Amino acid sequence: MIAVQDRASVVCHDSRPMVPVTATIVDIQEESSNTRTYMLQIDDPAMRSAYRFEPGQFNMVYVFGVGEAAISISSDPAHNEYLAHTIRHVGSVTRAIARMKVGDKLGLRGPFGHGWPISRCSGRDILMVAGGIGLAPIRPLIYAILANRGQFGRVVLMYGGRSPSDLLYQKELAAWRDDGQMDLLVSVDYSIAQWDGPVGVVTDLIKRLRIRPDRTSVMVCGPRMMNRHVTWQLLRLRVAPDQLFISLERNMRCGVGRCGHCQYGPKFVCKDGPVFSYESIREVFGKEEI
Amino acid sequence: MDKLPLHIVRRPELDRVFGLLRDNAYTLIGPTRRDGVIQYSEIRSLADLPIGYSDRQAPGSYELVKSETPRCFGFVHGADSWKRFLFPPKRRVFGASRQAGPKTPFDIDDLRSPPPAYAFVGVRACEIAAIGILDKVIGSELLDPFYRQARDKMFVLAVNCIEPGGTCFCVSMNTGPRVTRSFDLCLTELGEEFGVEVGSERGAALFKQLTSRPATAAEKELFRLLLERASERMGRHLETEGLPELLRKSIESPRWQTIASRCLACGNCTMVCPTCFCYNVVDSTDLKCRKAERWRYWDSCFTLEFSYLGATSVRYEISSRYRQWMTHKLAWWHDQFGTSGCVGCGRCITWCPVGIDITAEAAGFRETAPPRAVPLTPQQQAMPS
Repeated sequence: MIAVQDRASVVCHDSRPMVPVTATIVDIQEESSNTRTYMLQIDDPAMRSAYRFEPGQFNMVYVFGVGEAAISISSDPAHNEYLAHTIRHVGSVTRAIARMKVGDKLGLRGPFGHGWPISRCSGRDILMVAGGIGLAPIRPLIYAILANRGQFGRVVLMYGGRSPSDLLYQKELAAWRDDGQMDLLVSVDYSIAQWDGPVGVVTDLIKRLRIRPDRTSVMVCGPRMMNRHVTWQLLRLRVAPDQLFISLERNMRCGVGRCGHCQYGPKFVCKDGPVFSYESIREVFGKEEI
Repeated sequence: MDKLPLHIVRRPELDRVFGLLRDNAYTLIGPTRRDGVIQYSEIRSLADLPIGYSDRQAPGSYELVKSETPRCFGFVHGADSWKRFLFPPKRRVFGASRQAGPKTPFDIDDLRSPPPAYAFVGVRACEIAAIGILDKVIGSELLDPFYRQARDKMFVLAVNCIEPGGTCFCVSMNTGPRVTRSFDLCLTELGEEFGVEVGSERGAALFKQLTSRPATAAEKELFRLLLERASERMGRHLETEGLPELLRKSIESPRWQTIASRCLACGNCTMVCPTCFCYNVVDSTDLKCRKAERWRYWDSCFTLEFSYLGATSVRYEISSRYRQWMTHKLAWWHDQFGTSGCVGCGRCITWCPVGIDITAEAAGFRETAPPRAVPLTPQQQAMPS
């Protein structure tokens, strides 16, 4: 069956993809007023060391008796001891997570889906465009790129947040800016007195950059409208449709293409995505309420 | 047709079949008359079948009536389908338990009772096609062990439709009316007797124990004529040529709003569809938060909750939800599973409370070429496609 093949990368419970394994919250980082990053450790040592993920993949995080939420993995794929999940507390499951403390137990299924196609981007310029919590699935990609920095041309991260205090991973943003390995452009929708960066939407940042369209691969993750406008803008700059990658978000119940909730035209976001090339979804991309 | 391996058994032999299946530990499920409709439920003998009843089906209307001919299978399907047994509408996924608060580890059990060995009685060609589609969607042991096991164990006692229903269009979908595959035994009502075809070794083993005779040339001709006539008397027709492409081109057609002005988004079509596979999960705990369970329920893409994301639903308009259902069924299903998601059973037409007819709506998209999409986006304006 197709589905089984697609799930070859699922490490937690190869034989029981619908059943979570337990994990412990080992650290909680405050990111903003409603967003925190949780470091989770899979309890079973054998499963923990067998766990591998690609940047851009996600886990289903289970709260005892409350339910599951699909959360992208935001830590370094080279390390599987702890898995970071940056969670905005907006729904019933994520609000239940907000009440949890270090040492509490969660359930985990995953990793699911297909991540960013880094192996196809060797030798190319990389432009990453993130909006809000969309930086979470991009962070493992940044780690992976920085670990093999020589393999890539120019690397740029554009990141847009609502306000300076809503920006994720602020320490790392500063470190990335300082070490000069990649160019960082950050903008905010609303400014405060201390902010000396650009104010506006992240798409405005694209105008500040001269990209080489024939050798640039683009990775986009943000709110729907941001994805749409960033994609169109870059297509107009003649970036190849098969070198534009977008990570999508959908309601998900299973993670393996079975429950039907995440359908996006002919695709199942959970198993065919969540990262898609624009080329593969152009028939429905940007259409309302697909 | 002369070489047709058709045998004739007398009607009481069917009771022998039922008895033999029961002796082999099968749970017999067949058509019964309940609440004025045909419902599949446990049967023991011929007497449990709705003998002498026939159905009248039309968009938004269903009626079970006494017929002049006392046929055993003189009706087609009701709202019920075999999907209910292979993929139950409600099922426990797992249970979790812990001794104390959130810091204590929890155990998860996914203990599952194995499915019974079902013998399905009176399975029609379209329904066999529907099970074939479900096999592609959920047939793997990993995705749903219950389905796989139930599917492997099941015995199919099929019936050829000689009187299609008013909303049937299996001929259009190339799934019927004749049963040609994936059956153990297949019955055709020829007057007071049954024509029997053997479709598997299991079927052959059972058939050997029956009193039968080979069909005469006249009986074979009658068989042929009955099925030919059934093919010609389909209540509905769906032109499938180029249909997936047509629907793909019509994603932004205003026609969806026209359909939505009638659609109640009740989800009936998805509940009666023998191939709709979507499900939702519901989690719960006891009051002490020590024991938790997850249950799986059939879900429908017509609910607002189905596409809930963040603070709203992706498919807020009913037109988007109907479009999702119909385009999935008739177009995107081909991309996902290499087949149409529709078998032409007509249930969604009969059981739609406002009588929306998928065949008429699909034809509607042909009548007018999809209106030229207004270039709304900078990409459409600027990009040569």
